[in-house]
Amino acid sequence: MMKKRSVMHSIAAAPHIFWAILFIVLPLIIVIYYAFTDDTGAFSFDNILSLGEYVPIFVLSLELSVIATFICLLIGYPLAYIMAKAKPEHQKIFVMLLMLPMWTNLLIRTYSIMAILDDGGLLNTILGTSMHIVGTKGAVIFGMVYDFLPYMVLPIYTCISKIDKHMWEAASDLGCNTFQVITKVIFPLSMSGVISGVTMVLVPSISTFYISQKLGGGTFELIGDTIERQFVTGAYNVGGAISLVMMILILISIGVMNRFSEEDEGGIIV
Amino acid sequence: MAKLIELKGISKSYDGEKVIDGMNLYIRDGEFITLLGPSGCGKTTTLRIIGGFETADEGTLYFDGVEISDVPAYKRHINTVFQKYALFPHLNVYENIAFPLRLKKKSEDEIKTRVTEMLKMVALSGFENKSVSTLSGGQQQRVAIARALISHPKVLLLDEPLGALDLKLRKDMQNELKTIQQAIGITFIYVTHDQEEALSMSDTIVVMADGEIQQIGTPTDIYNEPKNAFVADFIGESNIIDGVMLEDKRVRFSHHTFECVDGGYEANEPVDVVVRPEDVDVVEPEKGMLTGKVTSVTFKGVHYEIIVDIKGFKWMIQSTDYVAPEATIGLFIEPEAIHIMKKSKYSGKFGDYSSFSDELDQLSDADTAEEF
Repeated sequence: MMKKRSVMHSIAAAPHIFWAILFIVLPLIIVIYYAFTDDTGAFSFDNILSLGEYVPIFVLSLELSVIATFICLLIGYPLAYIMAKAKPEHQKIFVMLLMLPMWTNLLIRTYSIMAILDDGGLLNTILGTSMHIVGTKGAVIFGMVYDFLPYMVLPIYTCISKIDKHMWEAASDLGCNTFQVITKVIFPLSMSGVISGVTMVLVPSISTFYISQKLGGGTFELIGDTIERQFVTGAYNVGGAISLVMMILILISIGVMNRFSEEDEGGIIV
Repeated sequence: MAKLIELKGISKSYDGEKVIDGMNLYIRDGEFITLLGPSGCGKTTTLRIIGGFETADEGTLYFDGVEISDVPAYKRHINTVFQKYALFPHLNVYENIAFPLRLKKKSEDEIKTRVTEMLKMVALSGFENKSVSTLSGGQQQRVAIARALISHPKVLLLDEPLGALDLKLRKDMQNELKTIQQAIGITFIYVTHDQEEALSMSDTIVVMADGEIQQIGTPTDIYNEPKNAFVADFIGESNIIDGVMLEDKRVRFSHHTFECVDGGYEANEPVDVVVRPEDVDVVEPEKGMLTGKVTSVTFKGVHYEIIVDIKGFKWMIQSTDYVAPEATIGLFIEPEAIHIMKKSKYSGKFGDYSSFSDELDQLSDADTAEEF
């Protein structure tokens, strides 16, 4: 009985395993291969050792993505809270509205923002001003926040709406005013949602290249752009090395965040 | 004892359906009062209004003579033990209990003294650093009680707190709750649908049905002098028979005239007559006031439960003596055992054992058990 069932399980899992090998494991091996070889295909540490020059770019990427993630959390948490506390029929509308922009391609949305914020763009035309927005850090951060906000709101919303309603009552029964109910009970209990949200915004922001290309106006480069440039110009080995190091850094930070939320069930959704 | 809480004309509706209808009730300082009734009778809603989790549509709520109808829960000197405990999973046992004191910014020393004292009271010393999710149901219950009592509230609300515990533990906790209440001397307002729990713990029982109070009284009053057929049936087993009050202390039912101890009814007023199963004596048919045929006998440990058909109405009798099924027996009822009630809207709905079957009860119990 048990054996038959496990055979059934492996048959059912086979397509997934095939998929995972083809599109996750194999590309990873290719990346690692390029990272540790030179253009002749011989084993080499040169790529990894040459990464020092990219540190300032990496720091800039980290700075912008951390700011964007923080802004997403500031906007996203209250929004998620309001959604979770709304009437069920209103919640559906909220989720719809939040998902709707995600149906439009990310690239198209970023282009649209560019059109709005550009020097001769919609915003300046309407206001009759000549603000220079595209090409500044602010524009890139704005783009990141706009593109990735739903990824912050949704996990937090799911997490808050799963909290037992008696938690609110118990907190206020024991002396919490409305604000303390949130800070002392609801926020700590929704920590796993916050960590998922932070991960889901931070990881794509740090490695994005089109947002910085379009909204950065070509004035500065983020690590994503660097990687893209390596591959476009055929420098596969350096590109592979940067990608590999990025991946390792992201894995480490996810590991650290998981440690934080260890006591919660569920943990991180990546 | 002074009035501590008073409800005046409280009504509450959900989606146009009245859950509480013009309720008037006062609760004295230091008493153990139980709101007892079947599910949907409005008992939990009443408790939630007192706790500040619901607002009444109509009526006013007083606490110590001051109106608190619109005072939010966190400002009331009332704490609650929730049905599913509602302990905070992100805090350990110590921090759960210390929670109300931390909000009040008490000193670390005072918190430690008071939490230790509370843990001792609920017999959980040594559990300080445990995570609440590792505790058993009974232990979580104790933490919830300690957390609710640590800020010295004047009233503790308990919403079916023992519902999730098994029978043995429930009995122990009943005693413990009563002991705690007597030791600290504050008012406990307890909500349950379990009549035995209500009878054994309460100073005062408030029997509720359909959003209205049916009767308020001590456990003995409620059991011995039920006000209507609903109360008589809900509290313990009862035979409720249609009767006519001939004059004071004389009632006729089941084609026989009985002496009783009640009076104050009009001549020939139709009434409900309650006879508790344990108050009926089984005698020889010729010596009985009533005679009937035994339709079923069930051994219950302490006694036999006998269903007797008397002129088409099935009585339940509890007797320590065995009688054979199909036998004809006589029943002897003392005047004190007969309780007369005014006719009410519940007359005729309860107290006939013709459809009673232990087997059916068990079957339906098994059904519900499977659903969970």
